[in-house]
Amino acid sequence: MPWRVLEPLRRSPALAVGLAMVAAWLVTAAAAPWLAPSGPTVSDYGALSQAPSAAHWFGTDEYGRDVLSRVLFGGRYVLLIAPAATLIGLVLGAAIGMSAAYFGRWVDEVIMRLLDAVMAFPIVILALLALTMLGGSTGNVVLVIGLVFAPLIARTARAAALVEVRREYVQAARIRREGPLYVLAVEVLPNIRGPLVVEGTIRLGYAVFTSATLGFLGLGVQPPAPDWGLMVAENRALLTSAPWTVLFPAGAIAFVVVGFSLMADGLRDLEGR
Amino acid sequence: MTRFVLRRLLLLGVTLLVASVLIFLMTSVMPGNVGRIVLGPFASDASVAELNRQLGLDQPAALRYLQWLGGVLTGDWGRSLTLDTDVLPLALARLGRSLLLAGYALVLLVPVAIAAGVAAGRRPGGWFDRLASVVGLTFGAMPEFVTGVFLIVGLGVGLGWLPVQALPDEGAGLVTWLRHLLMPALSLVLLLFAYLFRMVRTGMRSELAADYTRTAVLKGLPRRRVIRHHVLRNALLPTITVIGAQLGWLVGGLVVVETLFRYPGIGSLMEYAASNKDVPLLAGCALLITGVFGLANLAADVVYAWLNPRVRHALAGA
Repeated sequence: MPWRVLEPLRRSPALAVGLAMVAAWLVTAAAAPWLAPSGPTVSDYGALSQAPSAAHWFGTDEYGRDVLSRVLFGGRYVLLIAPAATLIGLVLGAAIGMSAAYFGRWVDEVIMRLLDAVMAFPIVILALLALTMLGGSTGNVVLVIGLVFAPLIARTARAAALVEVRREYVQAARIRREGPLYVLAVEVLPNIRGPLVVEGTIRLGYAVFTSATLGFLGLGVQPPAPDWGLMVAENRALLTSAPWTVLFPAGAIAFVVVGFSLMADGLRDLEGR
Repeated sequence: MTRFVLRRLLLLGVTLLVASVLIFLMTSVMPGNVGRIVLGPFASDASVAELNRQLGLDQPAALRYLQWLGGVLTGDWGRSLTLDTDVLPLALARLGRSLLLAGYALVLLVPVAIAAGVAAGRRPGGWFDRLASVVGLTFGAMPEFVTGVFLIVGLGVGLGWLPVQALPDEGAGLVTWLRHLLMPALSLVLLLFAYLFRMVRTGMRSELAADYTRTAVLKGLPRRRVIRHHVLRNALLPTITVIGAQLGWLVGGLVVVETLFRYPGIGSLMEYAASNKDVPLLAGCALLITGVFGLANLAADVVYAWLNPRVRHALAGA
């Protein structure tokens, strides 16, 4: 019986590799206080801008902070931001998309036109505008990423729900005089779970992508926090003299986003069969 | 066709109007106090109130929006708070440089992605298909600045092939420009490659499996001719729409890539406006970028309709 759970992994190596990469990140981020040789903001003034060595595996930055420790602790921001933002986007997007499909007619028309207008902005531009005015903090980053993702998820939810609301079981529930909230939450939602899970996994990866980008633009958590994107931005000038200060956080971002991307790809393949 | 273009233009106008309301709401109404955001937490209440008065923020929001919109339509986009200049001329000058970079990236991207997609779609599951899929998936998932960092360290610092600075010296020739812009453009290309490649590959596969393809093969046409005259024309059509949709990522990517490579385009100007809380400049850049993005999408739709005989004939009848 427990083998059944592993069956999808055997059928899709991409899913297995992606899952392993994401799991590796989860474990190291969670265990950062025990794994890291020092605190993320502890300076060793005897070792400024040191190249990677036995004492500092990833080297040190210009303030003598251990890059390995900063990268390990930096994983925790993403660990918090990406799932929370995706959850906000999923809840909001599913609610909007399913309502559009259920009520149809002018409600659908108005909702879709509004979503089109929001999506007329490139995501980064929208997030940049909102965060400049709200101010950069972990909470605001989560909120803004969730909000800009909602229209995209709403589209997926609407497309999936449009098929379901015409089915007999929904008609039956309507004839039983169930309210829209009940029909959508209890009858429709479980049946569009598949596309929503795939969409959610894709969005998780993009949430990591977007939060790293916002960090790089200085709009996320503020220094001296060891956010990966922020570390790349801060040490950009050291690319030629101390490349390890930039390469390791950049590599960490690459590792996590590729892990999510492989996972989403694998899930999409399984879903497609 | 004319009616189709007019209708799309009208729709673009509506979208931009809604977008302008959104930009206005976000930059002047949402969190209340623009003067406080611009001047920071340590400024006195009196100077905050004075700046708000200078910006006209003591008036009702609806009136301010109409005034702002009127200014935008007549070419008065306000003045930058931190740079001693008007917003519109500055933003337009920077936009030109960004379009150069974006155009360069597209010129590199489109032929490469299409060729790779066609080659992979002809032999799905072959070694080239797998390689291109993995490379595309990897770089497509990475933020542009991460790819850019890898390129700088690899091609710039490590091998010394390409200059790290994106903007060449004054009066540099075309080749120098292209060399300097190659790494920023490549960061964008690698980001966008996967999606376009995948669409072309899928198009190739489904057209190769279509009945008309089988008929063409069965009546004895050589494979090259079948692909060139029958399959490609149908497989490549949807990619035009895909390229249009990709422009949003390209524009967002410009903000990041221009910031990383210190290239003075509209993207880095917007980053500057954001980090210096220059609200009028920020609003102007956002509006200009949204407008250009909308126009590019419109152009993609029109080209698609023009090239697709089914749509073209349907429209000609209307």
